Amino acid sequence: MINKVRQHLSQNEALLFERSSPGKKAYQLPELDVPAVDAAEALGAENVRAEIEGFPEVSEVEAIRHFTRLSTWNYAIDHGMYPLGSCTMKYNPRINELVARIDGLAWAHPYQPEALSQGCMQVMERLELMLAEITGMDAVTLQPAAGAHGELTGILLIRALLEKRGNPRKKILIPDSAHGTNPATAAIAGYAVENIKSSSTGGVDLAALEGLVNEDVAALMVTNPNTLGVFEENIIRVAEILHRKGAMLYMDGANMNALVGMARPGDFGVDVLHLNLHKTFSTPHGGGGPGAGPVCVKKVLEPFLPTPRLKRSGKKLTFDYKRKNSIGRVKAFYGNFGVLVRALAYILAHGGPGLRNATMDAVLNAVYIRKQLEPYFDLPYPSPNMHEVVFSDDRQAKLGVRTGEIAKRLIDYGFHPYTVSFPLIVHGALMIEPTETEGKLELDQFIEAMISIAKEVETDPELVKNAPYGTRTSKVDEVTAARKPVLRWKPA
Amino acid sequence: MYPENFRYTKEHEWIHVEGDTGTIGITDHAQEELGDIVYVDLPKPGTHIEQGKSLGSVESVKAVSDVYSPVSGEVLEANALLADSPEKLNEDPHAAAWLVKVKLRAPAEVENLMTAADYQTYIGAEK
Amino acid sequence: MLDVCGAGSPEELFSHLPEAARLHRPLDLPPGISEYEIVEYFTRRAEENGIGYTSFLGAGVYRHYRPVLVDTVVSRGEFLTSYTPYQAEISQGTLTAIFEFQTMICQLTGMDVANASMYDGSTAVPEAAMMAVRATGKGRVLVAKTVHPEYREVLRTYARNQGMPVEEFGYVDGAGTLDLEDLERKMDDFTGAVILQSPNFFGIVDQVKAAAEIAHKRGALLVVIFTEAVSLGILEPPADADIVAGELQSFAITPSYGGPYAGIIATKEKLIRQMPGRLVGQTTDSRGNRAFCLTLATREQHIRREKATSNICTNQALIALMATVFMSVYGKLGLRELAEQNLAKSHYLAGKLTPRFSGKFFNEFVAKVGSPDAVNKALLKKKIIGGLPLGRFYPELADCILICATEMSRKGDMDTVGQVVQPAAATEAAEVLA
Repeated sequence: MINKVRQHLSQNEALLFERSSPGKKAYQLPELDVPAVDAAEALGAENVRAEIEGFPEVSEVEAIRHFTRLSTWNYAIDHGMYPLGSCTMKYNPRINELVARIDGLAWAHPYQPEALSQGCMQVMERLELMLAEITGMDAVTLQPAAGAHGELTGILLIRALLEKRGNPRKKILIPDSAHGTNPATAAIAGYAVENIKSSSTGGVDLAALEGLVNEDVAALMVTNPNTLGVFEENIIRVAEILHRKGAMLYMDGANMNALVGMARPGDFGVDVLHLNLHKTFSTPHGGGGPGAGPVCVKKVLEPFLPTPRLKRSGKKLTFDYKRKNSIGRVKAFYGNFGVLVRALAYILAHGGPGLRNATMDAVLNAVYIRKQLEPYFDLPYPSPNMHEVVFSDDRQAKLGVRTGEIAKRLIDYGFHPYTVSFPLIVHGALMIEPTETEGKLELDQFIEAMISIAKEVETDPELVKNAPYGTRTSKVDEVTAARKPVLRWKPA
Repeated sequence: MYPENFRYTKEHEWIHVEGDTGTIGITDHAQEELGDIVYVDLPKPGTHIEQGKSLGSVESVKAVSDVYSPVSGEVLEANALLADSPEKLNEDPHAAAWLVKVKLRAPAEVENLMTAADYQTYIGAEK
Repeated sequence: MLDVCGAGSPEELFSHLPEAARLHRPLDLPPGISEYEIVEYFTRRAEENGIGYTSFLGAGVYRHYRPVLVDTVVSRGEFLTSYTPYQAEISQGTLTAIFEFQTMICQLTGMDVANASMYDGSTAVPEAAMMAVRATGKGRVLVAKTVHPEYREVLRTYARNQGMPVEEFGYVDGAGTLDLEDLERKMDDFTGAVILQSPNFFGIVDQVKAAAEIAHKRGALLVVIFTEAVSLGILEPPADADIVAGELQSFAITPSYGGPYAGIIATKEKLIRQMPGRLVGQTTDSRGNRAFCLTLATREQHIRREKATSNICTNQALIALMATVFMSVYGKLGLRELAEQNLAKSHYLAGKLTPRFSGKFFNEFVAKVGSPDAVNKALLKKKIIGGLPLGRFYPELADCILICATEMSRKGDMDTVGQVVQPAAATEAAEVLA
């Protein structure tokens, strides 16, 4: 019946601190080739610490077993489909890991002379140019460390331009379907947030937008395709409405995986957008980071990009630090270079045609899932979807089973859950994004699992509500964790 | 269920007035909607609060709700019980788990609020 | 699959996009290349960076040996290819490791609680400042000139639009330590945060306790920054700080031309709810076994939206895991021994050069060399990358470099630096005299 999973051995493992014993070690330093120094003398006795209380003391074997055992408690893309909507969990090619570890790149110091950094700078220049071509924008900064960081950079750019024009304005408009980072970002950039309700088809409501855009509005932050996976059919009109009033169109590029090679934000009126290299360009999520959030802009915003800017003079690349209109730095050094290397490797491997194929496969996979699951789950917004599809739990909720519970049951079938309860405009959302990574076999197993759960909801709702059963850790008590926070280990 | 001597707001707060002092809390309906409450953020004594404005917030694991003050006035006391035992708000929202006591600035404001009967009709309709 | 989708071709699935929004030509990118060619491409780029150089650069990014175990662990697909651990039941590996990380950061810094990591040290600074401002209700920030210059730039970028004026206070010319009188003079009752770095940008162990007293007297919080985490193996933790923010690059994270790294924010119990970023907490599962989950999420952007403590969405989990493995491998004894080796090497190197400041330093220091460019050029000829010329950040130190020695610096190379620098400095001195 369930053809993807059966029980598997899973080791117990104490915390490092609990399995420590005095004197154990997993390291070996070389003999010191210079005279030892008395710490109290060199640093001042008052500045020298006693031993680090509680710090681990384990052998090398113990260390590797510890982390290996821990690792087996995780689900990962390498295990199977990871259909988290909006997160774009695609395969992470291992070649990217290898090239990011090449000595001359991995050990390059950000302050080594520019003459000895030309290789790194070329990687950055090439990636900037390629991302500009992919997005149809004029200039790119690679400095932001993550998507939310890119958002902040983008909004600060808009603010700087408007300030230069005489009025930074007061508000950022944000659709109610947006990611939470959008309003949080606007607030940090010193803007008030005004929510704009989605239309009945889930897109930006043009009439509402017309009514809201005035001299106080700095920009609209829009995700396209939006968090329903639906392309904003009026995007060009949206841009016009904003531009007519001197406001800007910011695009959250979280869903670029639906567009690469098929449509370019720069061609449909976007002034600034950020990309998530850890989504669209396959750099590993690593359990929650690192990422990279390059920001791509139209020419008019270029003077404001963070310092330093990469600049080519003939055969040589340099960094330009003298940019009087720049918003300043958003991060030390030049960006998450190691992530940039991986993203460039991904783009080089695919090439133009390969990227376009990936986009088509990503959309095909999502539409396929939609068609197969439509008979079993309610689809609140029936517009054509792109790379992801959002169902609601309406039908199942009537039988007392909610999206979060269906998600947990999916674990028993050997899949990571989809995104639960987002976007907020769908009550009880099930947000599914397969990415281009999955072949028909894995997709069919997923579909089969979802249908099976839908049937269980009808025949045995309690079975679904108490899931998961097959995991090493059963349902976790998040309430007690929040009421009585225990955020670090302490000796008993 | 809903004490007759309390008054209620549309945002699901209650107030019990004795003399020029009001005791404020959230209703049983509100705690039910929020689910397991894990944290309560309350103003310090001496804080001035306004009718209809946020006086603090109540948190469940995945949601934060503002608490809107039913009246204007000055906070006299915040319920210390809730700092260590936020779960009391789920167990006894109309008595032990009151949020703040305030000195009323405009006692007439209470007249704008719903009676227990009105409130029950209101939440009945909301459902 | 196309049949099920009711489409004749995959392109048809895009036919609902407005014509004007679609790209009607292929992307102007070359066709895909093979694995072999990718390796070749990046190997070439690495060669263009120059091969076989030894470096004495520090200044926020340090060369430390990376134990083999680190990459062994972080290359495991279970860690590498998983998402943020929202689904606790199938993410206990990442969650447990982060809980251990949070614990070790507390043990190192002397704080009560640490988050699951920030982007890096530089972005942790404005986050710490915003935290202090929220907690105190006072908007002004005082930052020491001896905080990493690029960190200060990042702070200014964030602060500009938040009604958070940032002002700087100086250092004492002789010792290279905080100018406490300047701090005292600039303190006022509107200051919410005093920010300093120790060891400071010049490598010097600074006066945390004294600064804490000055800050606390006027109701401000003290934020202590560190860029060299190995120093915590030997230095007294900054327990007088209210918030500690720092960079963990030294813990087995390659310099990688500036990132990705991992920053931290640690603080006292009372400020937990002002913390930005992810936190992992301990709890139990329904069978009563110990389990971990993300917690106190109501501080974060996905719930509180524009009222969140930060817009940060995630942490640097994999990089934090590198640091966690590093800390486990070195452990209690190793981190101390590692710090002692760094101390010995830098003091050996200092003996060959002319330190500009008298303050006590850990593994880097400011050396007076006359012409940094001339000296560095001479060193490059010997395949040595010298120190960071300081004129770019501190015009008053234009004749100085910031130079660093770690456990990876060899005696022979340090002798060479001494030989090259001293005559060059002497020549310049002679020129000045002439």
